[in-house]
Amino acid sequence: MMHSVAVRKAKNHLMTALMLAATAAVLIPLGMIFFHIMKMGFSSLSLDFFTQIPKPTGETGGGMANGMLGSFMMIGMASLIGLPVGIFGAIYLAEYGAGRTSTAIRFAADVLSGTPSIITGMVAYTLLVVPMKGFSALAGAVALAMIMIPIVLRTTEEQLKMVPGSLREAALALGVPIWRTSLKVTLRSALSGVMTGILLAVARVAGETAPLLFTALGNQFWGSKLTQPMAAIPLQIFNFAIAPYEDWHRLAWAGALVLVTVMFSLSLTARYFGRSRH
Amino acid sequence: MQPATTTDNDAPARRLNGDLIFRAITTLFAFSILIILAVMLVEMASESLPSIRKFGWKFITSSDWDAVQGVFGALPYLYGSVVSSVIALLLATPLSIGAAIFITEICPKRWGTLIAPLVELLAAIPSVIYGLWGVLVMAPWLQSSVEPFLIEHFGFLPFFQGAPYGVSMLAAVFILMIMVVPIITSITREVLLAVPLSQKEAAIALGATRWETIRIAILPYGKSGILGAAILGLGRAVGETMAVTMVIGNAPKISLSLLSPAYTMPSVIANEFAETTSKLHGSALMEIGLILLVVTLIINALARLLIWSVSQSAGGGAS
Repeated sequence: MMHSVAVRKAKNHLMTALMLAATAAVLIPLGMIFFHIMKMGFSSLSLDFFTQIPKPTGETGGGMANGMLGSFMMIGMASLIGLPVGIFGAIYLAEYGAGRTSTAIRFAADVLSGTPSIITGMVAYTLLVVPMKGFSALAGAVALAMIMIPIVLRTTEEQLKMVPGSLREAALALGVPIWRTSLKVTLRSALSGVMTGILLAVARVAGETAPLLFTALGNQFWGSKLTQPMAAIPLQIFNFAIAPYEDWHRLAWAGALVLVTVMFSLSLTARYFGRSRH
Repeated sequence: MQPATTTDNDAPARRLNGDLIFRAITTLFAFSILIILAVMLVEMASESLPSIRKFGWKFITSSDWDAVQGVFGALPYLYGSVVSSVIALLLATPLSIGAAIFITEICPKRWGTLIAPLVELLAAIPSVIYGLWGVLVMAPWLQSSVEPFLIEHFGFLPFFQGAPYGVSMLAAVFILMIMVVPIITSITREVLLAVPLSQKEAAIALGATRWETIRIAILPYGKSGILGAAILGLGRAVGETMAVTMVIGNAPKISLSLLSPAYTMPSVIANEFAETTSKLHGSALMEIGLILLVVTLIINALARLLIWSVSQSAGGGAS
């Protein structure tokens, strides 16, 4: 026997209310984080933030200019390593890959993108920091690249697979070699989607802290040598947030605001590229 | 480089070479994924060997962690990781499923298209920023309001005893919950969107209310995908480093009380690995990393298999 209509309706309303409450419980803390970043970030942000390096303990003022330069350089280097590997690997999966190995590679990429990023930091440490006898920006960039590769690989492959086969066949029928067809026809028609994947991958590594802890290490001063420790915005946020100084907390909030702004602009640009496809 | 004197007869051969080289490069780069994974496992395992040889199983059953004496037991870190992730997941999963159902099935479409990208954007906030908010806003709030309340009204339970520190297991649970909720919500949403309309229509045609439609038609269909989403969230929580390190208090204690500070596997690596006091200390941290890597590999493999199975069966149903 079914319950009476009134009971069923009441249950329906109760569950609807519960799900509304769940949504609120999901959105409220996230909204509060956003609110605090805005409030604390804007009140702490100044021109000095973009032009000065951190002041020694006890002095007020200072900025994270060295961290911005460091983040920019390491993300650039990581992209130089990670993007070609990810994109060319994706071409293999989309154009040649049908067998079991390809499924294994896809699966490995998905699994790899879920491993804790601190592990990539440890691996880069044993592979680069130990043999080079010192923490370096290069090791940091390699750790970041290892995080980028599986993300770029999977998003690019999905975009390439959406390019209709007739386009490839038309190029090949004209006598264009396979490699030119892949690069100039297939990759090019999927370019906006591929850009989306690249931007999302860059946004992801821009905020990574754990892989840099024992690779780039951080630097209180300007540093632009690849073989030397280098500052990065996420590392500075971490170090300043756990320090007991009010002034450093303010710098950390300002850094968080800048980082979130950069990441959100990257995500929005990615969305724009993703949309222009249609 | 080829000399400039090539004739037309060489053209096909050169072309073939270009294709062969192209294929070789793309193959190599695709296999780099497998190489990275293999290198990770081999490096971590070989670096852990001294610690594995010295301590054996005692490594995961002992609580002595003394860098000066050279004795390393990782139990408090294992305990902290398991307890913080599991409780966070138990809290986050129902909330995420509720929110995903609300976004896809209940609220007006326009709201859904507004909330869904917002949730995805929030999933992309770096963990160090969650940590910053956790240590400067949430932990003081827990210390001044939530923990005194819990002590006063539920202090008779072993879970809520001790002094309110703010930075505690409870803070780690909350911050992990806040962090995994967007991930589980957005994957669950995708799974729910993949449920065929005919399933829903059939339930509605039988006179089901909206909740009954969700319960008998939508949830059973997406069951394994939702389970996959939750397991993926667990993987994230276990491996989460920065935010947890900033709020958990970093004290290697095993305590039933959620109010007491604790420690997790990624946190001890983050705090100690750059300044190890001996080879053995480094090796012990590597072994913790190896355990973490193997556990997250298993968790992620399981989650992906579940999510893949749904997307494949959904694709098969559509064709």
